[in-house]
Amino acid sequence: MKILVLVEVRHNQIRKASLESLSQACKLSSQVCALIIGHKVKDLANSLSKFKLSKVYLVDNEALANFSNDNYAKALAETIKKASPNLVLAANTIMAKDIMPNVAASLNSAMLTDVVELKVNAGSIEAVKPVYSAKASCTYELTGSLVFLTLRPNVFDLVKSDDSHNNEVENIETTFDKPRSVVVETNVSGNSQIELSEAPIIVSGGRGIKGPENWPMLQELCNALGAALGASRAVVDAGWISHQHQVGQTGKTVSPQLYIACGISGAIQHLAGMSSSKVIVAINKDPDAPIFKHATYGIVGDVFEIVPRLTKEIKAMHENN
Amino acid sequence: MKIAVCVKSVPDTETKIALNANKTNIDTNGVKFITSPYDEFALEEALKIKDANPDTTVTCISLGSNESKEVLRDCLARGASDSVHITVDDGLKLTPLATAKILAKVLGEEKYDLIFCGQQGVGTDNSMIPSMLGSLLNVTSVNMIISFSLLEGSKFSVKREIEGAQETIEGSLPAILSAQKGLNEPRYPSIKGVMAARKKEIKTLDLNTLGISDEINKINDLIKIKAMALPQGKTGGKTIDGDPDNQVKELVSLLRQEAKVL
Repeated sequence: MKILVLVEVRHNQIRKASLESLSQACKLSSQVCALIIGHKVKDLANSLSKFKLSKVYLVDNEALANFSNDNYAKALAETIKKASPNLVLAANTIMAKDIMPNVAASLNSAMLTDVVELKVNAGSIEAVKPVYSAKASCTYELTGSLVFLTLRPNVFDLVKSDDSHNNEVENIETTFDKPRSVVVETNVSGNSQIELSEAPIIVSGGRGIKGPENWPMLQELCNALGAALGASRAVVDAGWISHQHQVGQTGKTVSPQLYIACGISGAIQHLAGMSSSKVIVAINKDPDAPIFKHATYGIVGDVFEIVPRLTKEIKAMHENN
Repeated sequence: MKIAVCVKSVPDTETKIALNANKTNIDTNGVKFITSPYDEFALEEALKIKDANPDTTVTCISLGSNESKEVLRDCLARGASDSVHITVDDGLKLTPLATAKILAKVLGEEKYDLIFCGQQGVGTDNSMIPSMLGSLLNVTSVNMIISFSLLEGSKFSVKREIEGAQETIEGSLPAILSAQKGLNEPRYPSIKGVMAARKKEIKTLDLNTLGISDEINKINDLIKIKAMALPQGKTGGKTIDGDPDNQVKELVSLLRQEAKVL
């Protein structure tokens, strides 16, 4: 099984979710190649040295300085021609969902996104993914000489190793046309804003926080925990916070290690987006709130009494360590 | 301007999902079907362009069993110019690539300046169709847009949220754009619209008349559903009692000692 892993670069660093894909690939096969696409990304090949790779492919070109679906897809397609893998893996990010289906369609290949379990059988690949926003999960069998999959962030373990491999690097030279659409501006959110889908801890707020003026209370808990801030659909629709914070169906599906739901009742649409979290803490005044049925730890109480105390306790814990 | 919008009929997002007897699909008995929420944003964006430029046509295309007709009727009621229903056999679960190939076959017969889709269909949650269509129709595609504007000289500008950043993307028409929540507020159909929609014809096509039945079957065979399962609810959840101080202390202790997530 030859696996090619599309490695994603953001802010001149390799995404953690891409390292998870590489870890999984190395678990499945001894013939793993990585692909880094971008401009001035040569040095990043070294940061993959803890993985034993058959090759690190680089498509490093000025035409790739700004993301375009057209050119990045071409870079992937050219690499596939060289590497002739049986499986192409990437983290389930927006970039991967732009370019992977693009190339999969041109090569008539099977593809699925957001996979949470993966097994290689003789002649086929078995992949499990949540469907209906995780209200169900489906096991698929994929066949064909080439299969494309994106893996959900935070689900596959990172390989822990102190190894340092001197992986062979190969530049793929190709020419690019002017892309028909291209990124002309990128506004990076502030550092305190951790991306929801990759966050190890999420603190989420719902109607129970009473109004947008109370987000700072949750943000403080986020800061203490190094968590990302989530929200229920009700408060997004009420305009208390932007949609990028929404967890659940029509929002983001997340699987953090720890999910703390503050003043969220647990509508089915919300549960769909977060019930695969490893540990769920629910804080809600209403003892009959559906969220408690899904909680690992439930506190029936007032978020305004619990959350500030929790923030204080976490800060104290960090100071004592 | 010629615009197409791909729309899909999906189970209501409020629906509790149950499985069929052999656990290979959901049980659709008693399930209410709605227009996939993201497709409503896609349609609204197309209708906004039509409002501003009355010579614009908006064609809605839906692939699927009979529920799709209701979705198309709803699109017409909101103001779409015409609609196409591509019927498939009830039992056939189409893979994303098969879906994209069928849509591309129909879309490719006209020259659309813009094709809008929802950023994902509720259900299989794959978000693959817009990019696949881009590849098959040789048109550029941009996913997950939250704003759209037409610029001079058949150009467009869109914004989208990616992980940790917002991007502005510019490009030239024709283009395929997928709509994310936040793009607009979908309108409701007017009574007049609903009445008018009843009289409109829905063009119907099937895979045989399109001449792609064999090709689609072959592609569809690449992905098979082995089994479906419902998530197991958490069992043995703990309720932490006491006054707020003690509740918090116990919670932190459990998160550290028992769950080991802190």
